[in-house]
Amino acid sequence: MSQPINHTFDPTHLERSEPLVIDAGILKRGEMIINMGPQHPSTHGVLRLEILTDGEIVKDVSPHMGYLHRCYEKHAEKLPYNQVIPFVDRMDYMAAMNSEHAYAMGVERMLGIEHDIPKRIEYIRVLVAELNRLSSHFVAIGTYGLDIGAFTPFLWVMRDREHINRLLEWVSGARMLYNYIWVGGLFYDLPVGFEERCKDFVAYLKPKLIELQKVIIDNKIFIERTANIGVLPLDLAINYGITGPMLRGSGLKFDLRKVDAYSVYPEIDFDVPIGTGAMGTTGDCWDRTHVRVMECFESVKIIEQCIEQLLGEHKRTREFDPQAVVPKKIRPKAMDFYVRAENPKGELGFFFRTTGNTDIPFRCKVRAPSFVNLSVLQAVSKNVMIADLVAILGSFDIVMGEIDR
Amino acid sequence: MSYTFQDIKEAIQARFGEYVVAGENTALGQPQLIVKTSLVKDVCLFLRDDKRFFFDQLSCVSAVDNGPVKNTLEVIYHLYSIPFHLFFVLKVEVERGDGKEQLPEVPSVVDVWRTADWHEREAYDMYGVKFSGHPDLRRILLPADWEGYPLRKDYIEQEFYHGIKVAY
Repeated sequence: MSQPINHTFDPTHLERSEPLVIDAGILKRGEMIINMGPQHPSTHGVLRLEILTDGEIVKDVSPHMGYLHRCYEKHAEKLPYNQVIPFVDRMDYMAAMNSEHAYAMGVERMLGIEHDIPKRIEYIRVLVAELNRLSSHFVAIGTYGLDIGAFTPFLWVMRDREHINRLLEWVSGARMLYNYIWVGGLFYDLPVGFEERCKDFVAYLKPKLIELQKVIIDNKIFIERTANIGVLPLDLAINYGITGPMLRGSGLKFDLRKVDAYSVYPEIDFDVPIGTGAMGTTGDCWDRTHVRVMECFESVKIIEQCIEQLLGEHKRTREFDPQAVVPKKIRPKAMDFYVRAENPKGELGFFFRTTGNTDIPFRCKVRAPSFVNLSVLQAVSKNVMIADLVAILGSFDIVMGEIDR
Repeated sequence: MSYTFQDIKEAIQARFGEYVVAGENTALGQPQLIVKTSLVKDVCLFLRDDKRFFFDQLSCVSAVDNGPVKNTLEVIYHLYSIPFHLFFVLKVEVERGDGKEQLPEVPSVVDVWRTADWHEREAYDMYGVKFSGHPDLRRILLPADWEGYPLRKDYIEQEFYHGIKVAY
Protein backbone atom coordinates (compact mmCIF):
# COMPACT_ATOMS: atom_id res chain seq x y z
CA MET A 1 0.00 0.00 0.00
CA SER A 2 1.53 3.25 -1.04
CA GLN A 3 0.72 6.17 1.13
CA PRO A 4 -1.03 9.14 -0.45
CA ILE A 5 1.26 12.11 -0.82
CA ASN A 6 0.30 14.62 1.78
CA HIS A 7 1.93 17.66 0.35
CA THR A 8 0.53 21.08 0.98
CA PHE A 9 1.89 23.94 -1.02
CA ASP A 10 3.83 26.42 1.01
CA PRO A 11 5.30 29.46 -0.74
CA THR A 12 8.19 29.59 1.72
CA HIS A 13 9.52 26.18 0.65
CA LEU A 14 11.75 27.66 -2.03
CA GLU A 15 12.98 30.40 0.27
CA ARG A 16 14.01 27.78 2.78
CA SER A 17 15.51 25.24 0.42
CA GLU A 18 17.39 27.58 -1.91
CA PRO A 19 17.55 30.99 -0.28
CA LEU A 20 18.82 33.92 -2.33
CA VAL A 21 22.48 34.70 -1.90
CA ILE A 22 22.07 38.32 -2.83
CA ASP A 23 20.26 40.27 -0.16
CA ALA A 24 17.06 41.60 -1.74
CA GLY A 25 16.70 44.19 0.99
CA ILE A 26 19.69 46.33 0.08
CA LEU A 27 19.18 46.73 -3.64
CA LYS A 28 20.17 50.10 -5.03
CA ARG A 29 17.92 52.08 -7.34
CA GLY A 30 17.53 50.30 -10.66
CA GLU A 31 19.00 47.01 -9.44
CA MET A 32 17.03 43.84 -9.80
CA ILE A 33 17.51 40.17 -8.95
CA ILE A 34 16.71 37.88 -11.87
CA ASN A 35 16.62 34.12 -11.92
CA MET A 36 17.94 32.43 -15.02
CA GLY A 37 16.97 28.81 -14.89
CA PRO A 38 16.65 26.12 -13.66
CA GLN A 39 14.42 25.65 -16.71
CA HIS A 40 16.21 27.78 -19.23
CA PRO A 41 17.61 26.49 -22.53
CA SER A 42 20.82 28.48 -22.35
CA THR A 43 21.86 27.14 -18.96
CA HIS A 44 22.44 23.70 -20.53
CA GLY A 45 20.49 21.71 -18.03
CA VAL A 46 19.04 22.47 -14.67
CA LEU A 47 21.36 25.20 -13.56
CA ARG A 48 19.89 28.20 -11.82
CA LEU A 49 21.75 31.47 -12.00
CA GLU A 50 20.83 34.19 -9.60
CA ILE A 51 21.77 37.45 -11.28
CA LEU A 52 21.96 40.91 -9.82
CA THR A 53 21.31 43.26 -12.70
CA ASP A 54 21.43 46.95 -13.24
CA GLY A 55 19.50 47.41 -16.47
CA GLU A 56 21.30 45.25 -19.01
CA ILE A 57 24.45 44.91 -16.93
CA VAL A 58 25.16 41.87 -14.76
CA LYS A 59 26.56 43.09 -11.44
CA ASP A 60 26.89 39.72 -9.79
CA VAL A 61 25.98 36.16 -10.56
CA SER A 62 25.66 33.24 -8.24
CA PRO A 63 25.00 29.70 -9.48
CA HIS A 64 22.67 27.35 -7.62
CA MET A 65 23.20 23.67 -8.32
CA GLY A 66 21.96 20.32 -7.16
CA TYR A 67 18.76 19.96 -9.15
CA LEU A 68 20.17 16.85 -10.82
CA HIS A 69 21.86 15.38 -7.76
CA ARG A 70 21.55 11.60 -8.00
CA CYS A 71 23.88 10.62 -5.13
CA TYR A 72 26.59 9.04 -7.27
CA GLU A 73 29.09 8.91 -4.44
CA LYS A 74 26.62 7.33 -2.05
CA HIS A 75 25.65 4.73 -4.65
CA ALA A 76 29.30 3.95 -5.34
CA GLU A 77 29.83 3.12 -1.67
CA LYS A 78 27.21 0.39 -1.96
CA LEU A 79 28.14 -1.26 -5.25
CA PRO A 80 30.97 -3.47 -6.50
CA TYR A 81 33.44 -1.80 -8.83
CA ASN A 82 32.07 -3.21 -12.07
CA GLN A 83 28.53 -2.17 -11.21
CA VAL A 84 29.57 1.43 -10.68
CA ILE A 85 30.37 1.88 -14.39
CA PRO A 86 26.75 2.54 -15.47
CA PHE A 87 26.62 5.30 -12.87
CA VAL A 88 29.84 6.71 -14.25
CA ASP A 89 28.14 6.86 -17.66
CA ARG A 90 25.39 9.00 -16.26
CA MET A 91 27.69 11.67 -14.91
CA ASP A 92 28.96 13.18 -18.12
CA TYR A 93 26.28 11.73 -20.35
CA MET A 94 27.70 13.57 -23.36
CA ALA A 95 30.99 11.68 -23.14
CA ALA A 96 30.27 8.43 -21.35
CA MET A 97 33.06 6.49 -23.06
CA ASN A 98 35.69 8.90 -21.81
CA SER A 99 34.43 8.65 -18.26
CA GLU A 100 34.34 4.86 -18.45
CA HIS A 101 37.86 4.86 -19.78
CA ALA A 102 39.10 6.94 -16.86
CA TYR A 103 37.25 4.83 -14.31
CA ALA A 104 38.37 1.49 -15.74
CA MET A 105 41.93 2.77 -15.90
CA GLY A 106 41.84 3.74 -12.24
CA VAL A 107 40.54 0.40 -11.05
CA GLU A 108 42.99 -1.47 -13.27
CA ARG A 109 45.90 0.48 -11.82
CA MET A 110 44.69 -0.30 -8.32
CA LEU A 111 44.57 -3.99 -9.20
CA GLY A 112 47.94 -3.76 -10.91
CA ILE A 113 46.71 -5.27 -14.17
CA GLU A 114 47.09 -2.18 -16.35
CA HIS A 115 50.06 -3.69 -18.22
CA ASP A 116 48.24 -6.93 -18.98
CA ILE A 117 45.58 -5.27 -21.10
CA PRO A 118 46.09 -6.26 -24.77
CA LYS A 119 47.02 -3.44 -27.11
CA ARG A 120 43.99 -4.08 -29.27
CA ILE A 121 41.71 -3.34 -26.34
CA GLU A 122 43.54 -0.11 -25.60
CA TYR A 123 43.27 0.98 -29.22
CA ILE A 124 39.55 0.21 -29.28
CA ARG A 125 39.12 2.17 -26.07
CA VAL A 126 40.92 5.17 -27.49
CA LEU A 127 38.96 4.87 -30.73
CA VAL A 128 35.55 4.91 -29.06
CA ALA A 129 36.63 7.55 -26.57
CA GLU A 130 37.75 9.86 -29.36
CA LEU A 131 34.53 9.25 -31.26
CA ASN A 132 32.71 10.23 -28.12
CA ARG A 133 34.95 13.27 -27.67
CA LEU A 134 33.95 14.36 -31.16
CA SER A 135 30.28 13.99 -30.37
CA SER A 136 30.67 15.85 -27.08
CA HIS A 137 32.48 18.72 -28.80
CA PHE A 138 29.81 18.74 -31.49
CA VAL A 139 27.12 19.27 -28.89
CA ALA A 140 29.22 21.94 -27.20
CA ILE A 141 29.82 23.85 -30.42
CA GLY A 142 26.32 23.36 -31.79
CA THR A 143 24.45 24.42 -28.68
CA TYR A 144 26.84 27.28 -28.24
CA GLY A 145 25.90 28.53 -31.68
CA LEU A 146 22.26 28.07 -30.74
CA ASP A 147 22.74 30.10 -27.56
CA ILE A 148 24.02 33.12 -29.43
CA GLY A 149 21.65 32.90 -32.36
CA ALA A 150 23.22 30.66 -35.01
CA PHE A 151 20.81 27.87 -35.80
CA THR A 152 22.40 26.21 -38.84
CA PRO A 153 25.55 24.77 -37.21
CA PHE A 154 23.41 23.12 -34.56
CA LEU A 155 21.54 21.15 -37.20
CA TRP A 156 24.79 20.27 -38.96
CA VAL A 157 26.54 18.95 -35.87
CA MET A 158 23.46 17.04 -34.78
CA ARG A 159 23.38 15.39 -38.19
CA ASP A 160 27.03 14.37 -37.85
CA ARG A 161 26.64 13.37 -34.23
CA GLU A 162 23.89 11.00 -35.27
CA HIS A 163 26.46 9.03 -37.29
CA ILE A 164 28.66 8.73 -34.20
CA ASN A 165 25.71 7.71 -32.06
CA ARG A 166 24.85 4.98 -34.55
CA LEU A 167 28.44 3.77 -34.69
CA LEU A 168 28.59 3.56 -30.92
CA GLU A 169 25.17 1.93 -30.80
CA TRP A 170 26.52 -0.70 -33.16
CA VAL A 171 29.46 -1.25 -30.83
CA SER A 172 27.69 -1.34 -27.50
CA GLY A 173 23.94 -1.47 -28.02
CA ALA A 174 23.29 1.93 -26.51
CA ARG A 175 23.33 5.38 -28.00
CA MET A 176 24.55 7.45 -25.09
CA LEU A 177 25.15 5.42 -21.94
CA TYR A 178 27.26 2.52 -23.07
CA ASN A 179 28.72 0.40 -20.24
CA TYR A 180 31.10 -0.80 -22.94
CA ILE A 181 34.53 -0.38 -21.35
CA TRP A 182 34.87 -2.84 -18.52
CA VAL A 183 37.49 -3.12 -15.83
CA GLY A 184 40.15 -5.24 -17.52
CA GLY A 185 38.67 -5.28 -20.98
CA LEU A 186 35.64 -4.58 -23.08
CA PHE A 187 32.09 -5.81 -23.17
CA TYR A 188 32.66 -7.15 -26.67
CA ASP A 189 35.04 -6.86 -29.58
CA LEU A 190 34.23 -4.37 -32.32
CA PRO A 191 31.51 -5.65 -34.66
CA VAL A 192 32.76 -7.02 -37.97
CA GLY A 193 33.13 -4.23 -40.48
CA PHE A 194 33.27 -1.48 -37.89
CA GLU A 195 36.74 -0.29 -38.84
CA GLU A 196 35.76 0.09 -42.48
CA ARG A 197 32.57 1.94 -41.57
CA CYS A 198 34.62 4.18 -39.32
CA LYS A 199 36.96 4.91 -42.21
CA ASP A 200 34.00 5.92 -44.36
CA PHE A 201 32.75 8.13 -41.56
CA VAL A 202 36.10 9.88 -41.21
CA ALA A 203 36.21 10.48 -44.97
CA TYR A 204 32.72 11.94 -44.75
CA LEU A 205 33.48 14.04 -41.69
CA LYS A 206 36.65 15.77 -42.80
CA PRO A 207 35.04 18.19 -45.27
CA LYS A 208 32.15 18.69 -42.86
CA LEU A 209 34.58 19.84 -40.17
CA ILE A 210 36.00 22.43 -42.54
CA GLU A 211 32.45 23.58 -43.25
CA LEU A 212 31.83 23.76 -39.53
CA GLN A 213 34.95 25.81 -39.04
CA LYS A 214 33.84 28.21 -41.76
CA VAL A 215 30.31 28.61 -40.50
CA ILE A 216 31.19 28.95 -36.84
CA ILE A 217 34.63 30.11 -35.87
CA ASP A 218 35.51 32.01 -39.05
CA ASN A 219 32.08 33.59 -39.21
CA LYS A 220 32.24 37.38 -38.84
CA ILE A 221 29.05 37.55 -36.78
CA PHE A 222 30.29 34.82 -34.48
CA ILE A 223 33.65 36.50 -34.04
CA GLU A 224 32.09 39.83 -33.16
CA ARG A 225 29.78 38.11 -30.74
CA THR A 226 32.47 36.16 -28.89
CA ALA A 227 35.84 37.88 -29.27
CA ASN A 228 36.92 39.83 -26.19
CA ILE A 229 33.95 38.46 -24.26
CA GLY A 230 34.45 36.53 -21.05
CA VAL A 231 38.21 36.79 -20.98
CA LEU A 232 39.72 34.25 -18.61
CA PRO A 233 43.36 35.11 -17.86
CA LEU A 234 45.71 32.19 -17.45
CA ASP A 235 46.70 32.87 -13.83
CA LEU A 236 43.06 33.03 -12.80
CA ALA A 237 42.34 29.85 -14.73
CA ILE A 238 45.10 27.93 -12.97
CA ASN A 239 44.15 29.28 -9.57
CA TYR A 240 40.59 28.13 -10.14
CA GLY A 241 41.82 24.70 -11.25
CA ILE A 242 40.34 25.05 -14.73
CA THR A 243 41.27 22.24 -17.09
CA GLY A 244 40.51 21.01 -20.57
CA PRO A 245 39.64 23.22 -23.54
CA MET A 246 39.02 26.16 -21.20
CA LEU A 247 42.56 26.08 -19.87
CA ARG A 248 43.98 25.57 -23.35
CA GLY A 249 41.81 28.43 -24.58
CA SER A 250 43.59 30.61 -22.06
CA GLY A 251 46.86 29.76 -23.76
CA LEU A 252 48.43 26.89 -21.83
CA LYS A 253 49.44 23.82 -23.76
CA PHE A 254 48.29 21.35 -21.15
CA ASP A 255 46.58 18.14 -22.14
CA LEU A 256 46.63 15.11 -19.86
CA ARG A 257 46.75 12.84 -22.89
CA LYS A 258 50.21 14.27 -23.49
CA VAL A 259 51.24 15.08 -19.92
CA ASP A 260 50.29 11.78 -18.30
CA ALA A 261 50.65 9.78 -21.53
CA TYR A 262 48.15 7.18 -20.43
CA SER A 263 46.73 4.31 -22.50
CA VAL A 264 48.17 4.29 -26.04
CA TYR A 265 48.19 8.06 -26.48
CA PRO A 266 52.02 8.25 -26.47
CA GLU A 267 52.04 6.05 -29.59
CA ILE A 268 49.67 8.35 -31.41
CA ASP A 269 50.65 11.55 -33.15
CA PHE A 270 48.42 14.53 -32.48
CA ASP A 271 48.70 18.20 -31.62
CA VAL A 272 47.32 20.16 -28.72
CA PRO A 273 45.62 23.30 -30.03
CA ILE A 274 45.67 26.36 -27.79
CA GLY A 275 44.06 29.75 -27.82
CA THR A 276 46.28 32.59 -28.97
CA GLY A 277 43.91 35.50 -28.91
CA ALA A 278 43.82 35.58 -32.71
CA MET A 279 40.50 37.45 -32.80
CA GLY A 280 40.73 39.40 -29.56
CA THR A 281 42.21 38.60 -26.19
CA THR A 282 43.69 35.25 -25.20
CA GLY A 283 41.17 33.31 -23.20
CA ASP A 284 38.00 34.83 -24.60
CA CYS A 285 34.93 32.89 -25.68
CA TRP A 286 36.16 32.70 -29.26
CA ASP A 287 39.42 31.06 -28.19
CA ARG A 288 37.62 28.39 -26.23
CA THR A 289 35.37 27.53 -29.15
CA HIS A 290 38.33 27.64 -31.50
CA VAL A 291 40.16 25.12 -29.34
CA ARG A 292 37.16 22.80 -29.42
CA VAL A 293 36.83 22.93 -33.19
CA MET A 294 40.54 22.36 -33.62
CA GLU A 295 40.40 19.44 -31.21
CA CYS A 296 37.80 17.85 -33.48
CA PHE A 297 40.43 17.77 -36.22
CA GLU A 298 42.91 16.22 -33.79
CA SER A 299 40.38 13.61 -32.72
CA VAL A 300 39.87 12.67 -36.35
CA LYS A 301 43.64 12.22 -36.66
CA ILE A 302 43.66 9.95 -33.61
CA ILE A 303 40.72 7.93 -34.93
CA GLU A 304 42.49 7.40 -38.25
CA GLN A 305 45.64 6.15 -36.52
CA CYS A 306 43.63 3.85 -34.28
CA ILE A 307 41.84 2.33 -37.27
CA GLU A 308 45.16 1.85 -39.00
CA GLN A 309 46.46 -0.05 -35.97
CA LEU A 310 43.26 -2.04 -35.58
CA LEU A 311 43.39 -3.13 -39.20
CA GLY A 312 47.14 -3.68 -39.21
CA GLU A 313 49.28 -4.71 -36.29
CA HIS A 314 46.47 -5.37 -33.81
CA LYS A 315 43.90 -6.74 -36.16
CA ARG A 316 41.00 -8.93 -35.25
CA THR A 317 41.64 -12.64 -34.77
CA ARG A 318 39.32 -15.49 -34.02
CA GLU A 319 40.99 -16.26 -30.71
CA PHE A 320 40.88 -12.70 -29.44
CA ASP A 321 38.82 -12.46 -26.28
CA PRO A 322 38.22 -8.90 -25.05
CA GLN A 323 37.18 -10.25 -21.65
CA ALA A 324 40.28 -12.41 -21.16
CA VAL A 325 41.83 -10.11 -18.55
CA VAL A 326 38.57 -9.10 -16.89
CA PRO A 327 39.08 -10.11 -13.26
CA LYS A 328 36.54 -12.48 -11.74
CA LYS A 329 36.81 -10.67 -8.45
CA ILE A 330 37.71 -7.02 -8.26
CA ARG A 331 39.26 -6.60 -4.85
CA PRO A 332 42.12 -4.08 -4.74
CA LYS A 333 44.49 -3.93 -1.79
CA ALA A 334 43.89 -1.33 0.88
CA MET A 335 44.99 1.98 -0.58
CA ASP A 336 44.09 5.51 -1.50
CA PHE A 337 44.26 6.17 -5.18
CA TYR A 338 43.70 9.20 -7.34
CA VAL A 339 43.45 8.76 -11.10
CA ARG A 340 42.88 11.43 -13.70
CA ALA A 341 42.25 11.52 -17.40
CA GLU A 342 41.44 14.03 -20.08
CA ASN A 343 37.73 14.24 -20.73
CA PRO A 344 36.23 16.52 -23.37
CA LYS A 345 35.44 18.97 -20.55
CA GLY A 346 38.73 18.71 -18.71
CA GLU A 347 40.42 16.67 -16.04
CA LEU A 348 38.16 13.93 -14.74
CA GLY A 349 39.53 12.55 -11.50
CA PHE A 350 38.46 9.64 -9.36
CA PHE A 351 39.60 9.31 -5.79
CA PHE A 352 39.23 5.80 -4.39
CA ARG A 353 39.73 4.54 -0.90
CA THR A 354 39.72 0.78 -0.61
CA THR A 355 39.85 -1.31 2.51
CA GLY A 356 41.18 -4.50 0.96
CA ASN A 357 38.53 -6.81 2.35
CA THR A 358 35.51 -6.01 0.22
CA ASP A 359 34.63 -5.59 -3.47
CA ILE A 360 33.04 -2.25 -2.76
CA PRO A 361 34.91 1.05 -2.66
CA PHE A 362 34.99 2.64 0.79
CA ARG A 363 34.92 6.05 -0.83
CA CYS A 364 34.74 7.12 -4.46
CA LYS A 365 35.01 10.83 -4.94
CA VAL A 366 34.70 12.37 -8.37
CA ARG A 367 36.57 15.45 -9.39
CA ALA A 368 34.24 16.56 -12.15
CA PRO A 369 35.72 18.96 -14.71
CA SER A 370 32.46 20.86 -15.27
CA PHE A 371 32.05 21.36 -11.54
CA VAL A 372 35.42 23.07 -11.28
CA ASN A 373 35.08 24.92 -14.56
CA LEU A 374 31.73 26.41 -13.63
CA SER A 375 33.13 27.86 -10.41
CA VAL A 376 34.98 30.52 -12.35
CA LEU A 377 31.74 31.93 -13.81
CA GLN A 378 31.28 34.46 -11.04
CA ALA A 379 34.80 35.80 -11.51
CA VAL A 380 34.63 36.33 -15.26
CA SER A 381 31.11 37.67 -15.59
CA LYS A 382 31.20 40.84 -13.55
CA ASN A 383 29.84 43.88 -15.41
CA VAL A 384 28.93 42.10 -18.62
CA MET A 385 25.67 42.30 -20.54
CA ILE A 386 23.02 39.68 -19.80
CA ALA A 387 23.30 38.42 -23.39
CA ASP A 388 27.06 38.06 -22.92
CA LEU A 389 26.50 36.02 -19.79
CA VAL A 390 24.73 33.49 -21.99
CA ALA A 391 27.70 33.55 -24.36
CA ILE A 392 30.17 33.07 -21.51
CA LEU A 393 28.25 30.21 -19.92
CA GLY A 394 27.85 28.49 -23.27
CA SER A 395 31.58 28.67 -23.95
CA PHE A 396 32.27 26.80 -20.69
CA ASP A 397 30.55 23.68 -22.03
CA ILE A 398 29.12 22.36 -18.79
CA VAL A 399 27.10 19.22 -18.26
CA MET A 400 24.86 19.30 -15.24
CA GLY A 401 24.90 15.54 -14.81
CA GLU A 402 28.54 15.84 -13.91
CA ILE A 403 28.27 18.92 -11.72
CA ASP A 404 25.49 17.54 -9.55
CA ARG A 405 26.50 13.88 -9.88
CA MET B 1 65.75 17.37 -11.05
CA SER B 2 62.56 15.89 -9.92
CA TYR B 3 61.66 16.06 -6.28
CA THR B 4 60.42 12.98 -4.49
CA PHE B 5 57.92 12.73 -1.68
CA GLN B 6 60.77 12.62 0.82
CA ASP B 7 62.35 15.82 -0.54
CA ILE B 8 59.09 17.72 -0.30
CA LYS B 9 58.49 16.42 3.21
CA GLU B 10 61.94 17.53 4.30
CA ALA B 11 61.41 20.93 2.73
CA ILE B 12 58.18 21.35 4.69
CA GLN B 13 59.90 20.25 7.89
CA ALA B 14 62.81 22.61 7.26
CA ARG B 15 60.40 25.49 6.86
CA PHE B 16 57.92 24.76 9.67
CA GLY B 17 59.85 22.50 12.03
CA GLU B 18 59.59 18.80 12.68
CA TYR B 19 56.33 18.99 14.57
CA VAL B 20 54.22 20.04 11.57
CA VAL B 21 54.17 16.49 10.25
CA ALA B 22 51.65 14.47 12.21
CA GLY B 23 52.39 11.31 10.29
CA GLU B 24 52.81 9.87 6.86
CA ASN B 25 51.64 6.91 4.90
CA THR B 26 54.18 5.83 2.33
CA ALA B 27 52.89 2.27 2.04
CA LEU B 28 50.35 3.46 -0.48
CA GLY B 29 51.11 3.87 -4.15
CA GLN B 30 50.55 7.57 -3.73
CA PRO B 31 52.22 8.49 -0.41
CA GLN B 32 50.40 10.90 1.85
CA LEU B 33 51.73 13.42 4.31
CA ILE B 34 49.56 14.07 7.33
CA VAL B 35 50.04 17.57 8.64
CA LYS B 36 48.85 19.40 11.73
CA THR B 37 45.33 20.66 11.07
CA SER B 38 46.00 24.19 12.25
CA LEU B 39 48.94 24.61 9.86
CA VAL B 40 47.48 23.18 6.68
CA LYS B 41 46.90 26.56 5.08
CA ASP B 42 50.47 27.72 5.73
CA VAL B 43 51.85 24.49 4.35
CA CYS B 44 49.70 24.89 1.24
CA LEU B 45 50.84 28.47 0.74
CA PHE B 46 54.44 27.35 1.09
CA LEU B 47 54.00 24.52 -1.40
CA ARG B 48 52.28 26.80 -3.90
CA ASP B 49 54.83 29.60 -3.77
CA ASP B 50 58.08 27.71 -3.24
CA LYS B 51 60.24 28.04 -6.34
CA ARG B 52 61.26 24.37 -6.24
CA PHE B 53 57.75 22.95 -6.39
CA PHE B 54 55.13 25.49 -7.55
CA PHE B 55 52.13 23.37 -6.69
CA ASP B 56 49.87 25.70 -8.61
CA GLN B 57 46.97 23.34 -9.18
CA LEU B 58 44.73 21.82 -6.57
CA SER B 59 43.30 18.79 -8.31
CA CYS B 60 40.87 17.58 -5.74
CA VAL B 61 39.75 17.99 -2.16
CA SER B 62 38.12 14.85 -0.80
CA ALA B 63 36.72 14.26 2.62
CA VAL B 64 36.61 10.70 3.90
CA ASP B 65 34.66 9.53 6.93
CA ASN B 66 36.22 6.61 8.77
CA GLY B 67 33.05 5.78 10.65
CA PRO B 68 32.00 6.08 14.28
CA VAL B 69 34.36 3.34 15.50
CA LYS B 70 37.57 5.03 14.41
CA ASN B 71 35.89 8.36 15.03
CA THR B 72 38.09 10.25 12.56
CA LEU B 73 37.40 12.20 9.44
CA GLU B 74 40.04 13.01 6.86
CA VAL B 75 40.39 15.77 4.34
CA ILE B 76 42.74 14.92 1.51
CA TYR B 77 44.28 17.46 -0.84
CA HIS B 78 45.68 16.32 -4.16
CA LEU B 79 48.20 18.85 -5.40
CA TYR B 80 49.76 19.01 -8.81
CA SER B 81 52.54 21.19 -10.13
CA ILE B 82 52.02 22.07 -13.78
CA PRO B 83 55.55 23.40 -14.47
CA PHE B 84 57.43 20.50 -12.82
CA HIS B 85 54.91 17.66 -13.20
CA LEU B 86 54.95 16.82 -9.49
CA PHE B 87 52.23 15.19 -7.44
CA PHE B 88 51.74 15.54 -3.73
CA VAL B 89 49.05 14.39 -1.35
CA LEU B 90 48.39 16.27 1.86
CA LYS B 91 46.05 14.99 4.50
CA VAL B 92 44.58 16.27 7.73
CA GLU B 93 42.82 14.12 10.28
CA VAL B 94 40.22 15.44 12.67
CA GLU B 95 37.69 14.00 15.06
CA ARG B 96 34.42 13.55 13.28
CA GLY B 97 32.05 14.90 15.92
CA ASP B 98 28.46 13.72 16.16
CA GLY B 99 27.33 15.38 12.95
CA LYS B 100 24.80 17.59 14.68
CA GLU B 101 26.18 20.20 17.05
CA GLN B 102 29.81 19.13 17.05
CA LEU B 103 31.33 19.47 13.63
CA PRO B 104 34.99 19.05 12.78
CA GLU B 105 36.85 22.21 11.87
CA VAL B 106 39.59 22.54 9.28
CA PRO B 107 41.20 25.76 8.02
CA SER B 108 40.05 26.69 4.55
CA VAL B 109 42.56 26.93 1.71
CA VAL B 110 40.36 29.12 -0.50
CA ASP B 111 42.88 31.94 -0.32
CA VAL B 112 45.55 29.63 -1.71
CA TRP B 113 43.60 28.01 -4.52
CA ARG B 114 40.13 29.17 -5.51
CA THR B 115 39.42 25.59 -6.60
CA ALA B 116 38.96 24.79 -2.93
CA ASP B 117 35.90 27.07 -2.76
CA TRP B 118 33.36 24.68 -4.22
CA HIS B 119 35.20 21.54 -3.18
CA GLU B 120 35.08 22.65 0.44
CA ARG B 121 31.45 23.57 0.12
CA GLU B 122 30.83 20.07 -1.17
CA ALA B 123 32.75 18.52 1.72
CA TYR B 124 30.70 20.63 4.11
CA ASP B 125 27.53 19.57 2.35
CA MET B 126 28.28 15.87 2.44
CA TYR B 127 30.35 15.48 5.61
CA GLY B 128 29.72 18.53 7.73
CA VAL B 129 33.32 19.67 7.83
CA LYS B 130 33.44 23.30 8.85
CA PHE B 131 36.11 25.13 6.92
CA SER B 132 37.07 28.10 9.04
CA GLY B 133 37.85 31.16 6.96
CA HIS B 134 35.76 30.05 4.01
CA PRO B 135 34.03 33.13 2.59
CA ASP B 136 30.73 31.49 1.67
CA LEU B 137 30.24 28.15 3.38
CA ARG B 138 26.79 26.96 2.34
CA ARG B 139 25.43 23.68 1.09
CA ILE B 140 26.11 23.30 -2.60
CA LEU B 141 24.28 20.25 -3.93
CA LEU B 142 21.62 19.62 -1.32
CA PRO B 143 18.89 22.07 -0.32
CA ALA B 144 19.85 24.49 2.42
CA ASP B 145 17.35 23.06 4.89
CA TRP B 146 18.37 19.42 4.46
CA GLU B 147 19.13 17.67 7.73
CA GLY B 148 22.31 15.74 8.32
CA TYR B 149 25.36 15.01 6.19
CA PRO B 150 24.60 12.13 3.80
CA LEU B 151 28.04 10.68 3.15
CA ARG B 152 28.79 10.12 6.81
CA LYS B 153 28.83 6.43 7.53
CA ASP B 154 26.19 6.64 10.24
CA TYR B 155 23.81 8.89 8.28
CA ILE B 156 20.11 8.20 8.58
CA GLU B 157 17.93 10.24 6.28
CA GLN B 158 15.17 12.41 7.63
CA GLU B 159 11.67 11.03 7.44
CA PHE B 160 9.93 13.93 5.73
CA TYR B 161 11.20 16.81 3.68
CA HIS B 162 8.64 19.59 3.21
CA GLY B 163 5.89 17.09 3.81
CA ILE B 164 7.24 14.61 1.25
CA LYS B 165 8.30 11.18 2.46
CA VAL B 166 12.03 10.75 1.84
CA ALA B 167 12.53 7.00 2.13
CA TYR B 168 10.71 4.90 -0.43
